[in-house]
Amino acid sequence: MSAVLAAPAPDDAHQHSEGVWHAAWRRYRADRVGMVSLFIVLAFLVLIVCSSLGLVAADWQREVGVPNAPPTFMGPAPPQNNGSIETPKGPDVDLSDIDPLAPRYKEWAERAAKLKTTEQPKAQTLPLGGDRLGRDVLSKAVKGTQISVFVGVLAAVLATTIGTLFGAFGGFFGGKVGDLLEWLYNVFESIPGILLIFAFAAVLGRGIGTVVMILGLTGWTGMYRQVRAEFIKHAGREYVRSAEAIGASRLSRMFRHILPNVSHVVLVRMGLLVVGFIKAEVILSYLGLGVPVDQVSWGTMLAEAQTELILGWWWQLAAATAFMALFVTAFSLMADAARDALDPKLRGLE
Amino acid sequence: MAAYLLRRLWQMVPTLAGVVLLVFVLFHFFGGDPAEILGGLNASKEQIAAIRQTLGLDQPVWVQLWIFVKSILSFDFGKSWTTNEAVSHIFATRLPATLQVMVPILILDTFLALPVAMWVAYRRGSLTDRLIMVITTVALSISFLVYVIVGQYVFGFQLGWFPVQGWSDSVATNLLTYVPLPVMLAVFVGLAPQTRLYRTFFLDELGQDYVRTARAKGMQEGTVLFRHVLRNAMIPILTNIGLALPGIFVGSFLIEVFFSIPGLGREVLLAVNRSDYPVIQAVTIYLAVLTMLINLLTDLAYRVADPRVVLK
Repeated sequence: MSAVLAAPAPDDAHQHSEGVWHAAWRRYRADRVGMVSLFIVLAFLVLIVCSSLGLVAADWQREVGVPNAPPTFMGPAPPQNNGSIETPKGPDVDLSDIDPLAPRYKEWAERAAKLKTTEQPKAQTLPLGGDRLGRDVLSKAVKGTQISVFVGVLAAVLATTIGTLFGAFGGFFGGKVGDLLEWLYNVFESIPGILLIFAFAAVLGRGIGTVVMILGLTGWTGMYRQVRAEFIKHAGREYVRSAEAIGASRLSRMFRHILPNVSHVVLVRMGLLVVGFIKAEVILSYLGLGVPVDQVSWGTMLAEAQTELILGWWWQLAAATAFMALFVTAFSLMADAARDALDPKLRGLE
Repeated sequence: MAAYLLRRLWQMVPTLAGVVLLVFVLFHFFGGDPAEILGGLNASKEQIAAIRQTLGLDQPVWVQLWIFVKSILSFDFGKSWTTNEAVSHIFATRLPATLQVMVPILILDTFLALPVAMWVAYRRGSLTDRLIMVITTVALSISFLVYVIVGQYVFGFQLGWFPVQGWSDSVATNLLTYVPLPVMLAVFVGLAPQTRLYRTFFLDELGQDYVRTARAKGMQEGTVLFRHVLRNAMIPILTNIGLALPGIFVGSFLIEVFFSIPGLGREVLLAVNRSDYPVIQAVTIYLAVLTMLINLLTDLAYRVADPRVVLK
């Protein structure tokens, strides 16, 4: 785009017109809510990078606390009375003359002392509590953030790629290619979304990569529709015809000239997709169709939390919910602010 | 009108063919071997071969596709692989439960979201408007799952107002005891996105010239809002309801799983978990047909809402 739109006229080379991205950033910076949410999202990204490099939460599977250890601020759980028989009081009776094993007790005690293993003391409380195996909920939430956001972003990238490619070809060429892609779109649209996801899940199986595939392959339709509309609008514009006149090939016109001009639409839509896919991953994982049990995500944490809550162990639910709410709220507000900054005409609507 | 209907129905044929093809390709080329799923782990080679022959799996792909198409057209999808229940029977017995939950949800959602959205749009920019927008943003970022888990715990377990889960054969008992809690939770969750969406529609209309004209003529605000704005905003709202309608047949999987409601959604999920291909295929294809028919009905409803719409 810069080649065509922002090229300075020869006589006033100093008067650059402000680029789209530069202007958008200027508007974005003025948006306080947008800036705060941007910082929160960036903080999460740092956390995710650290966690995927193994700097934090790498040992989330270690059982560091007692089972269902409460959060530190609540103090340790009261000792439980399991209805065991109390140790009888009174003097010990000397049984050594009738106990057949008595002569060997000393030997066994010596052997036990030699083989003694050091047992790590289990923490009574953990910063945000522990799950049923005594794993640290804080580490789990951090690791879960990494997996959930990873799935959401990767699936959004896949859906965006498919949707943009199809939309570009459908909108630019029209005709037979356009009809074919419209047909494909209609087919995907006529099956209720969740059923389509289930049908894909039934044949593709489970796993993180599979969830990304399923969400990406079923979620491209909205992006396709919007990109197609933009390409139809732009294909007839003067700058594209000028590009044709100077001999730009079709692919070059599509991806070097039109695509940068519609990229803000793609970006905004992709933000919505990320939020949608993160939520979808949580639900799929809960239903047992998503992240496998040896991994942790917000969805698997919530699935465990359901049974824990009835027993009064609410911390895993609270931690997963809080992490997810904070990230998704910040991300949605950031996407909203980005949309307003990129397309000021839309401000205030929705 | 009749010509329009016929043409629309005719246009569905290629889409429907695409849906059938998509499902066939998906299960045929990406799914596991049906004979091995059916035969189980201990099946001998001969048994597998026999199953393969009964299902027509030893035939060329084109013949298999034809068998598949025939089973769809004759509404005979055979039996579930695991329970041996006829697929048509699954539809007939699971759908009522799904409808008993989903119809109240759709009705309540729409009729609660409309006034709230209208009110919020009317008071645009005020503190209430901004407060509601903030609340809906945060409410939307919490997973549906959390609302259901907490709602079931608080209202079903702690307060004991409703049974935690269950279902009966009598519609009245269901509607009075088992349905209220899931419906309440689903409506509560659905309200935030609906309100946001409808607010946009109303805002679009409130900025139009005809609203200013109506006010200039001295019309009362109530008349302006309900006679003029509401009617004009009905088109996008109808579209939205039309889009939501197929969902009431699929049901909310989460709600049905959570509250043990024997509906279609839970059935499909069970089918996915046990690789019961006939059930998944049948539900996918028939609900796609239903979706297309509902879309057609929505288009017809536009004409009722707005006489200017010309169907062509």
